[in-house]
Amino acid sequence: MNQESLGSIFLGACLVNNFVLAYFLGICPFLGVSGKLATATRMGAAVTFVMLVSSVCAYGIHALLEAVGAPFLQLIAFIAVIASTVQLVEMFIKKTSPALFRALGIFLPLITTNCAILGLALFQTNKGYGFVQSLVYALGAGLGFTLALVLMAGLREKLELAETPDVVKGTALTLLVAGILSIAFMGFAGMGS
Amino acid sequence: MTSATIDQGPNPTDEFVKGLWKQNPVFVQVLGMCPVLAVTNTGLNALAMGLATLFVLLMSSTVVSLIRNLVPKQVRIVTYILVIATFVTVVDYLIQAISVDLHKALGAFISLIVVNCLILGRAEAFASKNTPALAALDALGMGLGFTLGLLCLGSVREVVGMGSLFGVSLFGAHYQQWVVMILPPGGFFTLAAWLLIFNHRKQKQAAAAVAAEEAA
Repeated sequence: MNQESLGSIFLGACLVNNFVLAYFLGICPFLGVSGKLATATRMGAAVTFVMLVSSVCAYGIHALLEAVGAPFLQLIAFIAVIASTVQLVEMFIKKTSPALFRALGIFLPLITTNCAILGLALFQTNKGYGFVQSLVYALGAGLGFTLALVLMAGLREKLELAETPDVVKGTALTLLVAGILSIAFMGFAGMGS
Repeated sequence: MTSATIDQGPNPTDEFVKGLWKQNPVFVQVLGMCPVLAVTNTGLNALAMGLATLFVLLMSSTVVSLIRNLVPKQVRIVTYILVIATFVTVVDYLIQAISVDLHKALGAFISLIVVNCLILGRAEAFASKNTPALAALDALGMGLGFTLGLLCLGSVREVVGMGSLFGVSLFGAHYQQWVVMILPPGGFFTLAAWLLIFNHRKQKQAAAAVAAEEAA
């Protein structure tokens, strides 16, 4: 059992080891939907929500597989459960709040293949976090993801107005900006530990 | 064998070669970015990750192609993911058996091959519609192209960041290491630089094509 304090877990997941800028998890949505501020915020909210749900699931699966003695099934169980959880959450939101469902749109199903979600499940298991620690870790990771996405979207909205050479337009420019953001986040190293 | 069966379908060599260059997954399609950036801080890590992905891609494409007529359309994605997850588990334990250090260096990113969009993308876009032999060739080409891309990134980052290649020192002890290149930002910068080179080439080719057309 890991004894790390909740505050340090939260800061670590959110800033120091930001999932996008330090672990390179969830790069696809990071590059894909960070064009507009509004969509970035929604995507971040959706990911945070799914992270919390799948964190609880992963904790349960891990405990169950430990009890049964089949750790080699972990990966398969994680991915299957996360995929079906996202599906369930999607149906639930559609039923209870159509407005929110429309707002999230295509992003909800896409989250299944977001490596940040599976990464979160694997990391929390590897680190041996308890139930509350896992929840805090998921919350921190989700907020960190949202923060990176929103920062990036803000920068890209400004960049649209700037004059850039044709060669750097598109992915290359986004990657350069992401690199600079990543350097900025390295300033948080050592915090909370 | 009649000529009709040979002519049928796409050319096998084309299917193999396209992944290496024309549709290179890293530089042209920009797929599967997470491992590309995360584990390419040294040449060796990049090579190991590339080979692991190649194995998973090859095996899962072949299996997906073999069962393509048995799986109902509604559950196909889930089936593919389960097939992929199975082979990733195999690779995970295999690397652990070969070298514990390597397994530690790659960490959770071996498991994360499951959600590499490249593999699911090939399963859905190619393997589910073609014969096992073609699917395997396509996977082999794409996998080698992916490994090549990872090596391009990994070797540049290791040479600049540590002054060595595959652990062999290149510039002697006086080399001032450019540490930022083996840290996360270096991944973004190196990939951006490679993409710039590719974009530049593409633009030059397009300009040359236009010039040739005007001359004709």
